[in-house]
Amino acid sequence: MQKRDVILEVKNLKQYFKTSRKFTVKAVDDVSFKVYRGETFGIVGESGSGKSTTGRSIIKLYEPTDGTIIFEDTEITGRLDSNTEKMLRTKMQMIFQDPMASLNPRKTVLNIIAQGLDIHKLYATTEEQDEMVYQMLETVGLSREHAHRYPHEFSGGQRQRIGIARALIMNPSFVIADECISALDVSIQAQVVNLLKLLQQERNLTYIFIAHDLSMVKYISDRIAVMHHGRIVEIGTSDEIYHNPIHPYTKSLLSAVPHPNPVLERHRKRVFYDKSLVNYDDGIYHELEGDHIVLATDEELKKWMVES
Amino acid sequence: MEKLLEVKDLEIAFDTHNGSVHAIRGVSFDLYQGETLAIVGESGSGKSVTTKALMGILAKNGNVINGEANYMGKDILKMSKKEIVNLRGKEMAMIFQDPMTSLNPTMTVGFQIKEAVIEHNEVTKKQAKARAIELLELVGIDSPRARYKQYPHQLSGGMRQRVVIAIALACNPKVLIADEPTTALDVTIQAQILELIKSLQKKINLAIIFITHDLGVVANIADRVAVMYAGKIAEYGTADEIFYTPVHPYTWGLLASVPDMSNTDVELYSIPGAPPNLLYPPKGDAFAERSEYAMNIDLEYQPPMYKVSDTHYAATWLLHEQAPETFMPKVLEKRIELMKKEAEEYAKA
Repeated sequence: MQKRDVILEVKNLKQYFKTSRKFTVKAVDDVSFKVYRGETFGIVGESGSGKSTTGRSIIKLYEPTDGTIIFEDTEITGRLDSNTEKMLRTKMQMIFQDPMASLNPRKTVLNIIAQGLDIHKLYATTEEQDEMVYQMLETVGLSREHAHRYPHEFSGGQRQRIGIARALIMNPSFVIADECISALDVSIQAQVVNLLKLLQQERNLTYIFIAHDLSMVKYISDRIAVMHHGRIVEIGTSDEIYHNPIHPYTKSLLSAVPHPNPVLERHRKRVFYDKSLVNYDDGIYHELEGDHIVLATDEELKKWMVES
Repeated sequence: MEKLLEVKDLEIAFDTHNGSVHAIRGVSFDLYQGETLAIVGESGSGKSVTTKALMGILAKNGNVINGEANYMGKDILKMSKKEIVNLRGKEMAMIFQDPMTSLNPTMTVGFQIKEAVIEHNEVTKKQAKARAIELLELVGIDSPRARYKQYPHQLSGGMRQRVVIAIALACNPKVLIADEPTTALDVTIQAQILELIKSLQKKINLAIIFITHDLGVVANIADRVAVMYAGKIAEYGTADEIFYTPVHPYTWGLLASVPDMSNTDVELYSIPGAPPNLLYPPKGDAFAERSEYAMNIDLEYQPPMYKVSDTHYAATWLLHEQAPETFMPKVLEKRIELMKKEAEEYAKA
């Protein structure tokens, strides 16, 4: 990271869901982090850890229970005036997991991709709109002939490219990719990830990349946040997280990932994690050397530093 | 080791509205007692269809048009319905990807295990219950007596998959077919289930066919690996041969397109294009279209299986004696070097 310009800051974000009169699910519980311009910020965690909810709260698909989110120096929590709303809805975009479920089957690709342009009236003539869509299709590796087809005529990888085109046509600066490659085949995953990387360089995009596949997250991310039970337990550069994990949960998660390396696999030892031994409620974020943040109480941190 | 299963030149086609889809186009492999054979490939490569044919559970529009599958000397594909029913469960069992959909939500897990025991053995209800509890214990479920009375929704995903495994093992099968059993699970749970499967294999000397697209899982569990592409086996060999000395361009592409966590600085390679539509099977090598190594002959004739070593075979014209000398992509070469080095260091530590 060259200049460390903060594009998004999340402070004490809480997202609770009241499931019944007595019971509240604390999906995201007091989470804070910063995302710098031009980087890829990965969020990993097991299912139910709150990683998707975090992404969805940031883009305001949910109304956060508490906390503030500052995007491009503007606070985007609470009620927004129409200018801020417009800025948010164009500058921040999302790519979803299931490319079949997230594309309207009754619309042509052209209409799907152009919908954002329609809403924000970003073109003067229909020809101009078509031209923008055609160009976008070529950018994501499809061709203009594809514009008048329907989603079911495409393969999974192509559909995900349509999802990417829909997000990028608004010319965003910030894209949240929520498990956007999980539903794809191995060889197609690599295509989509390489495309995302290329587009990032060309357009200076910032990504939040949410996934449960640790090796892919490590490959694409500059920094990684590890989530567990609604908390971010550790944030660091991807090398730092991988080579020097402090939090025992991160260690256990890393040790569970199988490597495509048979000899290594025969020797790999798993690290077990017992959540009852770690106090999340009293933990505070400790900043360590090398851009590394750990959620822990003072005693816990001391203990873990000795172990690692 | 005893050879349990021998599949020869299996060909399967599905009748569809658009015509006949030639999903399996000549698949041959053996399975020995106590070993794990992993079948890897992308969706649509035919890995699930192959094993479904072995269990006699092909969809109604699927037809075996050629080939045989000998289980201990008897051809499964020619068996009567009754014979297959006897084979299923007792000799061969199968587990599937999603443990929620393979269990009945309206019955206790105990009942579902007991049912499998009673179906295939002449036992009293009491004996069946005792066996069910024994099985729950075998698959590593704590307090099996309490769990026996619970319903699937009361169990976590990992627990449910354990129950499914218990049902599969109810009649002491010799062969277990596992169709992506860990794909729906979190990595930590996946690691537990893989450990369980490996320990059970040792205990009861199971032969396992393990279907997956996750190469990490393959490296973890497989003794031998078969790489499938477009209804054929592209390459097969021991796990070490496939991961360290692959010879087929598709295997190269597949290995190079998965990031290895320990060395992510190596660029990710992506195979261009998409697999062929088997409604119109390609004339020559199915992978030729996507391969930068394709030669003219690849477009005209399908390559035979070439022998690389006693355990390692691959179907690519590159192994023909007149083919030019070719090397795997630089990216992959570098990766394999790093992998070997890392494995050595790890083994020392």
